[in-house]
Amino acid sequence: MTLYLFYFLSFLAILSALMVVFSKNPVHSVLYLIITFFCIFGHYLLMNAQFVAFVHIIVYAGAIMVLFLYVLMLLNLNSESEPHKNNTLKFVAVISACLLMVVLVAALRGTDDKMLQDTGSQIGYVRNLGKVMLTDFLLPFEITSILLLAAMVGAVMIGKKSSNTTTPQ
Amino acid sequence: MKIPVEYYLWLSLALFCIGVLGVLFRRNAIIVFMCIELMLNAVNVLLVAFSTYLNDAAGQVFVFFIMAVAAAEVAVGLAILVKMHDNTKTVDIDILNRLKW
Repeated sequence: MTLYLFYFLSFLAILSALMVVFSKNPVHSVLYLIITFFCIFGHYLLMNAQFVAFVHIIVYAGAIMVLFLYVLMLLNLNSESEPHKNNTLKFVAVISACLLMVVLVAALRGTDDKMLQDTGSQIGYVRNLGKVMLTDFLLPFEITSILLLAAMVGAVMIGKKSSNTTTPQ
Repeated sequence: MKIPVEYYLWLSLALFCIGVLGVLFRRNAIIVFMCIELMLNAVNVLLVAFSTYLNDAAGQVFVFFIMAVAAAEVAVGLAILVKMHDNTKTVDIDILNRLKW
């Protein structure tokens, strides 16, 4: 049962990830990427990683994808304004991606699949993970907040009208 | 739960390669950004899988930090893209590569 759920979620994730790349309209790409993120959310739940699963949904589907959609609509991008790449470059892109895949498959093919078996780990529960995060990883956790503050200030600085800074005093 | 960790390896590999394909294939800078997010998520899946199977919490804490960094990166990156679109009226990376208008 769990295995069928895994196959279904993987198939849907890979299919919608391909649709992100190949759909003409950027807004459709964003929507397909949201489907991919929900499939990954399902995978996290299958792995008993509940904290990561819900943070993933809140941060990615709730914040990042809304930001993407907002920027796409702000810039008024649609399938007509989509730049076209010539066919040679597309062909080269597909070939290089396939080559990378072949290299990675060849590198990972010999891994022993019986090496690790899931033992019903409870490490991903909010209680266990929170305890680790606020004791062992307290300093990185606090530095993350500074990083987010810096990113927010940086985004506002970049988005500001530049005419204020370029005009002489 | 009887899913071998190898299956997550292949899933993550496929998602990562699709992300690389998107970066090479598309010219819209925003789609390229989204494909980078896809690659980050492929790595996150693998980190969480190994963290669960090895019963070690550090991997999942690391995924949390990756998500925070990705959020910061997207906020700044999209601000830069909006600014570039204001100046050049395009998000085509073949035009943006001269970095000066």
